[in-house]
Amino acid sequence: MSTPELTADVAIIGGGLMGCSAAFFLAQRGLSVILLETDKVGRQASGTNFGNVRRQGRPITQLPLANRASRIWRQANELLGSDVEYLQNGHIRVCFRDRPENVGKMEEYAVQAREEGLDLELLSGNMLRERFPWLGTDVLAGSHSAMDGHANPRLAAPAFARAAMKLGARVIEDTKIVHAAKIGEDFVLEAEDGRRFRAPTLLVTAGAWAGKIVSQFGETVKLTPRAPTMSVTEPVPYSILPAVGVMTPDEVETVYFRQVARGNIVLGGSTRAPSYPDEYRSYVMPQNTMTQFQHLRRLAPALAKLQVIRVWSGIEGYTDDALPVMGPSGTVPGLFYAFGFSGSGFQIGPGVGETMAELIATGHTDIPIGQYSIGRFG
Amino acid sequence: MSERVVIIGAGPAGVRAAEAVVRAGIRPVVIDEGSRSGGQIYRRQPEGFKRSYETLYGSEADRARAVHETFDALLPQIDYRPETLVWNVAEGRVWAARAGETEAIPYDRLIVCSGATDRLAPVPGWQLAGCYSLGGSQVALKAQACSIGGAVVFMGTGPLLYYVASQYVKAGANVVAVLDTSPFAGRVRALPKLAEQPDLLWQGVTLTFGLIRAGVTVLSGITPVEISGDPQSGISGVTVRTASGDVRQFDCDAVAMGWHLRPETQIADLARASFAFDPRTRQWLPEIDGDGRSSAPGLYLAGDGAKILGARSAEVTGELAALAALGDMGHAVDKDRRCYLMAQRARYVRFAEGLAEAFPWPHQFVADTADSTIVCRCEGVTAGTLRASVSEAFATETNRAKAFSRVGMGRCQGRYCGNASAEIVSALRGEAVERAGRLRGQAPVKPIPVGTARTDA
Repeated sequence: MSTPELTADVAIIGGGLMGCSAAFFLAQRGLSVILLETDKVGRQASGTNFGNVRRQGRPITQLPLANRASRIWRQANELLGSDVEYLQNGHIRVCFRDRPENVGKMEEYAVQAREEGLDLELLSGNMLRERFPWLGTDVLAGSHSAMDGHANPRLAAPAFARAAMKLGARVIEDTKIVHAAKIGEDFVLEAEDGRRFRAPTLLVTAGAWAGKIVSQFGETVKLTPRAPTMSVTEPVPYSILPAVGVMTPDEVETVYFRQVARGNIVLGGSTRAPSYPDEYRSYVMPQNTMTQFQHLRRLAPALAKLQVIRVWSGIEGYTDDALPVMGPSGTVPGLFYAFGFSGSGFQIGPGVGETMAELIATGHTDIPIGQYSIGRFG
Repeated sequence: MSERVVIIGAGPAGVRAAEAVVRAGIRPVVIDEGSRSGGQIYRRQPEGFKRSYETLYGSEADRARAVHETFDALLPQIDYRPETLVWNVAEGRVWAARAGETEAIPYDRLIVCSGATDRLAPVPGWQLAGCYSLGGSQVALKAQACSIGGAVVFMGTGPLLYYVASQYVKAGANVVAVLDTSPFAGRVRALPKLAEQPDLLWQGVTLTFGLIRAGVTVLSGITPVEISGDPQSGISGVTVRTASGDVRQFDCDAVAMGWHLRPETQIADLARASFAFDPRTRQWLPEIDGDGRSSAPGLYLAGDGAKILGARSAEVTGELAALAALGDMGHAVDKDRRCYLMAQRARYVRFAEGLAEAFPWPHQFVADTADSTIVCRCEGVTAGTLRASVSEAFATETNRAKAFSRVGMGRCQGRYCGNASAEIVSALRGEAVERAGRLRGQAPVKPIPVGTARTDA
C-alpha cells in the first residue's frame, strides 16, 4: 500500500504572505487549495519585516500591483475577519542634507507616480518639521504619501491563512517538501516524512527556499538569503502617525520607523546580515543595530531617549536585481512562481496573491508582471 | 596563544571565577551590572550606610564578607566594569553598554555568572501597585533600608520566602502573613536530600519558628485567590484558600511574591548555548557539563544563572568554570582542587533537588488561572487572550502564542511571564509543558536607549 495522497486543484509550496494570500484568493475563486509550509505560516520574511504598507519608492512599473495591494489592505479586516492592524496614516520618504541630488529624483518620481495614480506631496525640510516636529535638521526634503500606511506583519500572513481555511483551503504546516516533479498531468510533491500531495497546478512561493524547488524543474535563479535588522522601543504615547523612511543609495543609511497604536516604535533598516535558510536561523548583528540607531538619530533625534526592548530578524531571499520572480515557469506548464521579493514584498503581498490567483484561474492578468519573468536570469 | 577572559557578573560565582583566573596570571575583564560587587545575594549597601554584615546578611555574614574582601583584593589585577550592561553577544565579542555608550569586547573564554531572578506566577490582581517580587523586596531592604509597605504579605514558595520575611521582621517591618503554596508534607518527604546541608535545613526550620514566634501567620499548602485593591490606591489585601479549604483574607498594602528562582539565561542564549528541559523545575536550562562548559565554544556558565543551586554553590561552580576555561586554554589545573569542588557541587545539586521537591512550582494553579487574569504585565495581556491565540489562531507553542497575543513581548521579554505562558499554552493543548517550548532570547538583554553610541568604531 502506498501512502494516501492529498489532491487539490492547486498546490502551493511556501506559507508566507504571498502563499497565504494566493491560497485565500484561489479559494475565493472556488478552487481547491493545499498550502504546504515547512514551519509555521508567516514566520520568516513575511512575519519579521518592518510592516511598511508603502507604495512610494517602488519601481514605477510596480505601482499597478502596489495599487491593487493597497485596495486589499484597506479592506483587509473585513475581508479576513481579523485585525491585521493596518493604519492608513501615510508614509514619508525623506532625503538627508548631504544628498541634495535626491531632491530632483524625488520630484521626478512624484511626476511619474501621479500618472500611475499615486499622489505624492513634496515638502521642504522646514515644512516637514512644521507638520512632523520630531524630524531632525538633517532632513533636507521629503515626499508624503497620504494613502500609504503600515500593518502588523506578525498577524497578516496567518490571518490570510485562517481566512483561506474558512473557505476550504487546507493549510498544512510543519511539512517540508523535499521532492517536486510533474508526472503526467500532475505535480507530485513529497514531504520529508513521505506524505504525498498531487495537483495539476503548482505555485511556488517559498521565498529564500525557492531555489531548490525551482531547480527540480530545470530552472535556475540565484537567491541570496539575508536578514533585516529590526528593533522595537518600549511603548510611548501614540503621536507619530506616518511611517518614515530615508531615500539613499547607501544601505547603511536606509533606516525607517513607525509607531503602532499601542505606542511602541518599530525601527528598521541599515545593513542587513546574512541568514541561514538551511538551519532556519537568522541573527541580528549588534554592529548593525548600532548603525541603525546612529542614522535614526539623524532622522528623528527625539528617538534617542527611547529604550529599545527587543531586536529581531528573519530570512529574506534577494535576487541579483532586487526584483521578484513572478509569473509562469518558462519550462513547465501549470507551474507558477512568486518569490524573491528582496526585502520589499510586504505591501504588495496581498496584491501578489490576488494576481497569481487571477493568473492561475483565468490564464491572464492585466497587472504588468512580464518584467518579473524567471527567464530574465536564463 | 591569546588569553582574553571576560567574566559577566560579580556575585559569588563571578568573584570566585575572577579569583581563579587571576591566580593563573590572567587579567580578566569583569563586567558587573551593579555599582559594587556582591551580586544580588551579597548586594552591598550604598556608600555611607553603616549596617553591619551581621545585620545585612545574618547567618551568611562571613561568606558575604569573604566574597567582598576577595573581590576588593582582586581589583588591581582585573579590568572591572561596574554599572555596565552586557546587552548582546556575537561573533566572539561581548557588547557592553554604560551611560549611553557601548563597546564590543573580544574574548577567547567567556564565563557567564548572570544570576537569577524570581520565578513569578500570575495571580489575579498582581498588576496592582504594591506587588513586588521577593528579590525586589529584598533589594529595597538591603540597599535602601526600606520596607515595600506598611503591612506586608509574603506569598509564593521556596526558602527565599521565609528568608526575606524573616529579614523584614528583624528589620522591624510589619509582616502580616507568609503564605506558601507548597504543602508541608512535601518538605518532610524531601528531608533526606535537604539533610545534605544540615545547617541550611536547620536555618529554614528556625526561620519558620521565628516568624511564628513574632506573631506572623505562616500557612502551607495555600492556593492564591486574589490580590485585591484598585488601580489608584494599589493593593488592599490578599485572599487565599487554605489547605483545609477555608477562604482567608489578609489586609495589607504590599505583597512580595516569588516561586523560587529562575536563571537569567539570555546571555547564554545569545551566545548560542543549547538548552534542555529540566523536568524537576519545569524550566529550560542551558546545557552544561559538570565543570560548567556549555555547548558553545569558549562559553562557560556558573552560579544560579546556569542552574539554581544557591549562593554557596555559586562560589564552587564559579571557580569550577574558571578552572575549566583555564584547562581548555592549556593551563595546568589542580586536579585535587577540581575533585574537591566537584564533590561539593554534587552535594549542592542533591540539596537543590530536595528544595525543588519541597517547594514545587504550582503548575496546575498557573494552568488553571481564570481568563481574566493578566499573564503578561508589561503588555497587559490576559490569560483569555493568550488562550485565544491557541484556540482561535492555532498557536502551537509559546513563541507563536507570543507573536499573536503579545505575551512576553514587553519590557521584561518574557522573563516574568514565560514560564506561566508555557503552562497555560501546553495545558490548553493537552500536551506536556516542554512541548510548548521556551521563549527564544533576543537582544538587548535589558533595554538600551536608541541614543546608545559605539565608542570603539
